[in-house]
Amino acid sequence: MTVELPVLEQSKAISPQPAWRLSRYVRPALGLVLPLAIALVWEIVVWLGLSSGRLVPPPSKVLSTLAELARSGELLRHIAATLTRVATGFAFGVIAGTVLGAISGYWTLARRLLDPTVQALRAIPSIAWVPLFILWLGIFETSKVALIAVGVFFPVYLGVLGAILSVDRKIIEVGRIFRLSGPAMIHRILLPAVLPAYVVALRVGLGLGWMFVVAAEFMGASEGLGYLLIDGQQLGKPAQILAAIVVFAVLGKTTDWLIEVASAPLLRWQDAFGRQGGDA
Amino acid sequence: MLLLDQIGKTYPNGVHALERFSVEVSPGEIVAIIGGSGCGKSTLLRAVAGLDPASSGIVTLDDTAIRSPHPKIGIIFQEPRLLPWLSVADNIGFGLSDLPANIRRERVARALARVGLADKARAWPRELSGGQAQRVAIVRALVPQPEVLLLDEPLSALDAFTRRDLQDHLLDLWADTRPTLILVTHDVEEAVALADRVLVMRPRPGRLFEAINVNLGRPRDRNSPLFDNFKRHVLDALDRSLDRNVTDRQTESTPGRAMWW
Repeated sequence: MTVELPVLEQSKAISPQPAWRLSRYVRPALGLVLPLAIALVWEIVVWLGLSSGRLVPPPSKVLSTLAELARSGELLRHIAATLTRVATGFAFGVIAGTVLGAISGYWTLARRLLDPTVQALRAIPSIAWVPLFILWLGIFETSKVALIAVGVFFPVYLGVLGAILSVDRKIIEVGRIFRLSGPAMIHRILLPAVLPAYVVALRVGLGLGWMFVVAAEFMGASEGLGYLLIDGQQLGKPAQILAAIVVFAVLGKTTDWLIEVASAPLLRWQDAFGRQGGDA
Repeated sequence: MLLLDQIGKTYPNGVHALERFSVEVSPGEIVAIIGGSGCGKSTLLRAVAGLDPASSGIVTLDDTAIRSPHPKIGIIFQEPRLLPWLSVADNIGFGLSDLPANIRRERVARALARVGLADKARAWPRELSGGQAQRVAIVRALVPQPEVLLLDEPLSALDAFTRRDLQDHLLDLWADTRPTLILVTHDVEEAVALADRVLVMRPRPGRLFEAINVNLGRPRDRNSPLFDNFKRHVLDALDRSLDRNVTDRQTESTPGRAMWW
């Protein structure tokens, strides 16, 4: 004899609806809770007079400084200068890193010739190039862009090289069985296989690009967010420094998000740990 | 006609994997290769596929020497090896890129319907079960209509039910165009259920120990005494192949016939 469970109860038992399931709009906002709470607490501490807020100005002061910079058009000018430098340096770094990384990854002979030198150069802290770049390329834009490009180059080069070297031999064999030519093997197997690692390398490279633009703008600039930092320090304006830092954070996060969004349609096939959190 | 003549393989690290392996396989024949681990089954198959050419001897298909992958030879591996960035349909059409898009689409759609996966055409490989993925891999290898299909333990990672189901499916698909099948397996029942001839290999270095003709009609009843008799015979040959005191017997035997005489 068989015992049949009532259908309704069965389905309830199988798929319980978790009470903590959040809507898709609330989820991204979760990340804002902690910084907003810290800002609010600091605002209250200064408002209550527990701290003068002179060296660490309250959020309202930082915001009013930002608003003032924006009203005068200063902010836009500085942002444009910094963005142009990052974009140009990033472009050069990515192109060089991708081309050399791909060559070293694909041809063993090229790797043996090229890689030891690149790795030796990588061991030099990139900031150490600053004096030389200034001597070689002058104090203006070229040396700044070069420094950013150097910072972006290494993670992209390493990412591409590592990704190509770690492509699964078994997948390559599928290409061999179907007798793909060299270019077809690159286009149909290698490129899609290295894409996830390449996107990560681009994001790391971009992060370093933002780091190096500050260093570049410290070495004598008359505009740019890095200039706002130095200016704020020399004139004793911590609110201006914090305002510039906030803009850096917003720009850095936005540009990183742009890479993520642009690459997402190409990486939908991935079966990764990160996807599990998608419906939580 | 697929001809393996005195195939030997020594790897660069000195491992002697295969020695003087010779066999003739007629068109449309199903041959199973069975043997303990390390007896060079996969090495042999990779040599026939042209992936790792043999160090000595020669593989010929219709008088053409095979030294690199050949359009008339397909292979299915132990893992499905689907390309994760392509949809199921694009994976199946991967080997048809020379054909015009409309013909390719039509052949892929027909193949998908043939194996009951029409609704999975746009799915990603990660969304398939192990059995479904292997079915897609089998179809991908068959769609270009190879004359010889090599199977390197293609069902060994699957559970018993799925394995049985896919064995039937494989025979079904084979009947469409009747390619030559060379199946490497370590499952005696699978070998007897599918093959016209079972080649038992012995290890270190791998070489042919005994060939057993399975002269049973299809479909085969796995519960019949005759089927059991073939299984026992293959098992017995496997046991003897591991005994170093027994010399190679490369003679062909047909236990079914022997039993009923």
